[in-house]
Amino acid sequence: MGRVKTIARRSFLVGSVAVAGGVVFGTYLYKRAGENPLLDGLKPGETAITPYVKIDAQGVTLITPRADVGQGAWSMQAHMIAEELDINPRNAKLSPGPADAIYYNGVVGAEALPIAATSDTLLARGGRGAVDVVGKLMGLHITGGSSTVPDMYDRLRMAGAVARETLIKAAMKQTGLPRDQLGTEDGCIVLPDGLKIEYIDLASIAAEIEPVQDVTLRDPSEWRYLTKPQKRTDVVAKSTGTQIYGIDMQMDGMVIATTRTNPAIGGGLNSFDAEVAQQMRGVHAVLPITGGIAVVADNTWRAFQAAQAVDCDWGPSPYIGDSADQFAAVAASFTDDHRDSRFKDEGDVEDALQDASVVEAEYRIPYLAHAPMEPMSVVVKLTDGRLDIWTGTQIPRFVKANMARLTGLDGDDIHVHVLMSGGSFGRRLEDDYIAQAVEIAMQLPDTPIKMIWQREEDFTHDFPRPLAIARGRGAVADAGIAAFDLSIAAPSVAESSLARLNQPAFGPDVAIVAGAWDQPFHIPNYRVTGYRTPAMVPVSSWRSVGASGNGFMHESFMDEMCHAAGVDPLQERLRLCWHDASRKVLEAVGEMSEWGSDLGPNRGRGLAFTLAFGVPVAEVVEVTNTPDGIRIDKVFVAADVGRVLDPVNFEAQLQGGVIFGLGHAMNCELTYRDGVAEQDNYHAYEGMRLHQTPQIMVRGLENGDKIRGIGEPAVPPAAPALANAIFAATGQRIRELPLSKSIGFV
Amino acid sequence: MKLTVNGVIHDVDVEKDMPMLWVLRDILGITGPKYGCGIAQCGACTVHMDGIAVRACQLAAGDVAGEITTIEGLGTPAVRHAVQEAWIDLQVAQCGYCQSGQIMQAASFLELNPTPTDDQIDAAMSGNLCRCGTYPRIREAVKTAALKLKAV
Repeated sequence: MGRVKTIARRSFLVGSVAVAGGVVFGTYLYKRAGENPLLDGLKPGETAITPYVKIDAQGVTLITPRADVGQGAWSMQAHMIAEELDINPRNAKLSPGPADAIYYNGVVGAEALPIAATSDTLLARGGRGAVDVVGKLMGLHITGGSSTVPDMYDRLRMAGAVARETLIKAAMKQTGLPRDQLGTEDGCIVLPDGLKIEYIDLASIAAEIEPVQDVTLRDPSEWRYLTKPQKRTDVVAKSTGTQIYGIDMQMDGMVIATTRTNPAIGGGLNSFDAEVAQQMRGVHAVLPITGGIAVVADNTWRAFQAAQAVDCDWGPSPYIGDSADQFAAVAASFTDDHRDSRFKDEGDVEDALQDASVVEAEYRIPYLAHAPMEPMSVVVKLTDGRLDIWTGTQIPRFVKANMARLTGLDGDDIHVHVLMSGGSFGRRLEDDYIAQAVEIAMQLPDTPIKMIWQREEDFTHDFPRPLAIARGRGAVADAGIAAFDLSIAAPSVAESSLARLNQPAFGPDVAIVAGAWDQPFHIPNYRVTGYRTPAMVPVSSWRSVGASGNGFMHESFMDEMCHAAGVDPLQERLRLCWHDASRKVLEAVGEMSEWGSDLGPNRGRGLAFTLAFGVPVAEVVEVTNTPDGIRIDKVFVAADVGRVLDPVNFEAQLQGGVIFGLGHAMNCELTYRDGVAEQDNYHAYEGMRLHQTPQIMVRGLENGDKIRGIGEPAVPPAAPALANAIFAATGQRIRELPLSKSIGFV
Repeated sequence: MKLTVNGVIHDVDVEKDMPMLWVLRDILGITGPKYGCGIAQCGACTVHMDGIAVRACQLAAGDVAGEITTIEGLGTPAVRHAVQEAWIDLQVAQCGYCQSGQIMQAASFLELNPTPTDDQIDAAMSGNLCRCGTYPRIREAVKTAALKLKAV
């Protein structure tokens, strides 16, 4: 026992890389070659004390391996390292590092398990521990599921502490002074007389000594950056046009490519005629690629023009091609054959509904495109058996593996250089656009190729958020809701997206019912059943994944049931809620919005609550029914992430999540005709514009037992809070998104 | 043809109908203006022609009738325009991809209307799309910038 404890503790001390697997895998030495990828290619005088801190004569580089898609992940990771390393993150260089198994994600896979985030049973802990081990064994270097902060919180602070103590040890060696006479401050060791030694001047000594591993993390009361308002490290570049995204890369001898593949999803190319395009100014080549053609030119516009000039004979889409038929397929999948999960089954729903007056409702949500502002783009270069890839991606190691399969190259010869993404919302969890560019490079080696999609290509070749239908049945008693039975049918995101990553998808898909089955309410008879619609158009993760639509289903029906029972939607949720942190966000939003006070004529409030990614979020939307349509006046949001590391970005992510949720609920759908997406640019898919944006008041609570991420959790409750507010203001219950199909907005 | 961009005269050999966005990005290497939609629906490409905000994706090189200013010409990381200062103070950007266009739109708007009402700000900025949802801070930053410009 003593030994196990020692090893476990020691494993933790050298970095939470080994926290969960520590006992099994033993200690982990950062300096061992091959385990710290930064050690490859170090020059004399440079040191990489941990996989997260590199020091050379130019300065200190903080490695931030989780992708930044706008959520501020690079800046937050830098602040977590800097908090222990004692350096101003704005004086350090930031690098996402190489694609490497050491940067595995030990948290994100938990979203695929049917374990409620609120559960702390031994089984739940074991399940999450297994996710960490699997994540490590598979080297899941992946960004998603609002996992950056929970996954990196201990690991990066520990990396900073190990680096700091090792630098102090190097300074002890150089000065002969004992540990207790040395301090650290802003990238320097501070000597007793106030003299300072810069970290960079200790790099060569630090490179020769064993990293100090017996370190303890600082108490939060000592923090200078975390929990204080931070200045994002990218804010100046992004306000001066100097931030470089994949689309901005420039290289000597670079050519520009664009692709056009069959607009009917999954359909092939029978033949093409490029005679006209070949003759156009600046066009180097028109090349065949899987499912379409690529034009290579000296200029983006010329490539776009030429791509349109290629005459293509497309094959048909193999999928159900029309929206009405797609919804019919979903509607037909509420059968035992298609039953996928029933993770929530409390009481006896069938019995409770037997003799009751049953409330029934059906809800529909559409396919949705990601449509990040930066269209898919990537730079590739294939030279002498080496492939370099520069792009925004959330899956650098999968990119490596998939491109190794495509090219026949060894993974070690493929180098993924991760860049800032101009948005993603899940789109950059896919690497289809990278594969296209690599196909071009295989036909055009030794040339840097920048591949850019036209916006129309981006819309029509997305892997959308799936459509879904939910059917609710419920019954009320004197006290309130007595039975709540929700059945949800949708195609599986896991089945579709994991296949593209060459990974198996076992068991039920939690995403079909996420945000519905795992809500912290005790209803006497409470059941949530998932049905899996056979695969249609390939689908993928979209900001907040399954909960993005299930929040609307669950919380709209909850509102309907409250009205049927004649109880107040806030009081009823509080009565039913057993989870303390969730109750407190409900109470907070009630207080913020002055819930229950009179708003006057033609106005209404709607409440919704979703616990997703472990974060309880409650939102109240206030609307006015004006002669010009519905106007959203205010939104109140309360969320609990356990600990708010940066109140500035916390507010931004919650406001952004609300706007993302509201904008799509109001205005957006992706519909298909003959397998072709009918919305091909922003005029047909606006999301929210500034003039429709309400005031959004945010409150962060810190009662949760674990630290959580906030990029996604604000999305799910936004749509139902709006629909419930519209009902309160107008009496019109809208059960289908987008709401604009049923009602006008100002 | 001769084009003046950020105070520098360039002689470029391009088709008259090539949009300025691609002249800037691919011929002159000025990448602050972004490609978002290509049909003037998102505003990510916004630049100034003689101080007035225009969508560079819809401005043909042959139709340029004035001096072009991009975000790089508005201010630099070291010497920032008041609108950029406000954007930094308020930490508006998330992914940041639309913000060059937002800032250029706001700078032009405040030049024409130094003391805008909230409704005027909403109307002036609604053609610029942001998918991350930074609108509440854009609103605040335009107001802050108006005060900063007044103080100059």
